[in-house]
Amino acid sequence: MKLLLVGECRDGRVTAETAELFGFAARLDAEVSMALAGSVDDLPAFDGRLYRAEGGHEFDATFHKRLVLAAVERERPDAVAFLHSSYGWDIAPRVAFAMQSAQVSGVVGLDDGGYVVESCNGKMRRTVKPQTSRAVLTIQPGAFAAAPMEGSPEVIAIEAEPDSAIEFLGCIQPERGVDLSRASVIVSAGRGVGSAEQVELVRALASALGGEVGASRPVVDAGWLERARQVGSSGQSVSPSLYVACGISGAIQHLAGMKGSGFVLAVNTDRDAPITSVADLLVVADLAEFLPALTAAIQARK
Amino acid sequence: MNILVSIKQVPDMEGRFVPNASGSWFDQTGLAWRMNEYDTFAVEEAVRLKESLGGGARVTVLSIGPARVVETIRKALSMGCDDGVHIDDPEAPERDPWQIASMIAGFAAGRGFDLVFAGMQSEDRGFAQVGVLIAERLGLACATGITAFEWRDGAMTVERELEGGRRCRLRLKAPALLTCQLGLNTPRYPTLPNIMKSKRAALTVLSPDSVGLESPKASSENFRPHEPNAAGVILEGDVGALAAQVVAILESRAAILGKGGAR
Repeated sequence: MKLLLVGECRDGRVTAETAELFGFAARLDAEVSMALAGSVDDLPAFDGRLYRAEGGHEFDATFHKRLVLAAVERERPDAVAFLHSSYGWDIAPRVAFAMQSAQVSGVVGLDDGGYVVESCNGKMRRTVKPQTSRAVLTIQPGAFAAAPMEGSPEVIAIEAEPDSAIEFLGCIQPERGVDLSRASVIVSAGRGVGSAEQVELVRALASALGGEVGASRPVVDAGWLERARQVGSSGQSVSPSLYVACGISGAIQHLAGMKGSGFVLAVNTDRDAPITSVADLLVVADLAEFLPALTAAIQARK
Repeated sequence: MNILVSIKQVPDMEGRFVPNASGSWFDQTGLAWRMNEYDTFAVEEAVRLKESLGGGARVTVLSIGPARVVETIRKALSMGCDDGVHIDDPEAPERDPWQIASMIAGFAAGRGFDLVFAGMQSEDRGFAQVGVLIAERLGLACATGITAFEWRDGAMTVERELEGGRRCRLRLKAPALLTCQLGLNTPRYPTLPNIMKSKRAALTVLSPDSVGLESPKASSENFRPHEPNAAGVILEGDVGALAAQVVAILESRAAILGKGGAR
């Protein structure tokens, strides 16, 4: 199988997740080449052809599409693999449309000649099989272990024309101020807490455990907790020894940010919620009743 | 200003999903249905834009699916959309993104929409393809996963969410298609008069073939639950007893909660 990987550059560096594309290729025992747009000092280390273009900005989708299509033209791969990231989900469908090919998004595994993807907010899975001779794939970050990077690519320069449809005005850095990455205990609130008032129950438990308060995305979007406390792929990545997920269903973007945790305690009324795929202990209970009881039991130990 | 919003009806994700007879997708009986959350942001943003422009702007809302999606179209009308379009297609829940995009683009082609708003992805299939595929078919500029939108003189400034909490600011001109991410806005609750009015609104009903339905590009099989953590323990019952059990388990892992008090 021939696989064209599409690497990602952000801020002049190849992203760490790009190595996961090679991990995916290794699982398929595929012959690899790569397309990579942007100016970087550190080219990815692998043995194969590396198609490079410079000139268009990071968010000029048409420029990136043109590079990938030029590489497809020369390489004639069986599949083109992106990461399922803000870059991948923006560019991949444009490439799939130009190739008139199937796209399979968010691949987490391989199965019976098809690609395993998540459905229903991560609660379910299914196997998708392209019906076209070539396919475009986006690979879920975290699903395939990064491959060791070694070798030196044969660099092939591509003249891809920049496009003026999207003008880049600049980036906004995330608000920081709360560093959850070193916390040993994190108690996180999810949509299931139900209201800003109920977040206090989460705070009380975190305080009893001597830990920090974290949040899933809907809680931050609702304004119940500050964005600096968001855990997940669009927030912080954390690895505490104890992670307590209160009313968090466990969307894959959240799991990506906390799956390095030592012990995961999930409190949820839905025993099929995807958080159970990473939970060491699931307590099926109403948060409003259980959290105060647990807080009291922990305080009673002192 | 002519605006299109494309929305999908999905089951409540708290529901229990059972494979259908062929295992290609879930059995649709017994589920509660509502508007895909990402699409609620698309509807709200379109309506806000229309309101900010005063008169002269119209918002058309479109959904594909069986008869039950009419309820979701009416929800969008009650939030402030002007015209409802129902592509009556009982097979829609099983169709791949290519097919769905073929119908929406087929409807939109030649109707002169200045802006198209869509959700970034659906909560059930989560492929994040339909919006971009529509834009490619129609030749529209497209930004995905927007968390901010500002319109000024025929052009828009948007923010796109990137990894790690970073965002980028982009400017593009109409005609354009935007896919909406969580956090873009807070969708309104419709007022009672608007709900009543939306119930009486006449919808345009179209067949899949009349808007150019194409063949699928991919098949779906073996729909199944995710594998739970094999090592995981599930506890339920009286909360007082549960709390004591949980403390005992945490204490048994010395690294988590040592004897003699929490850190």
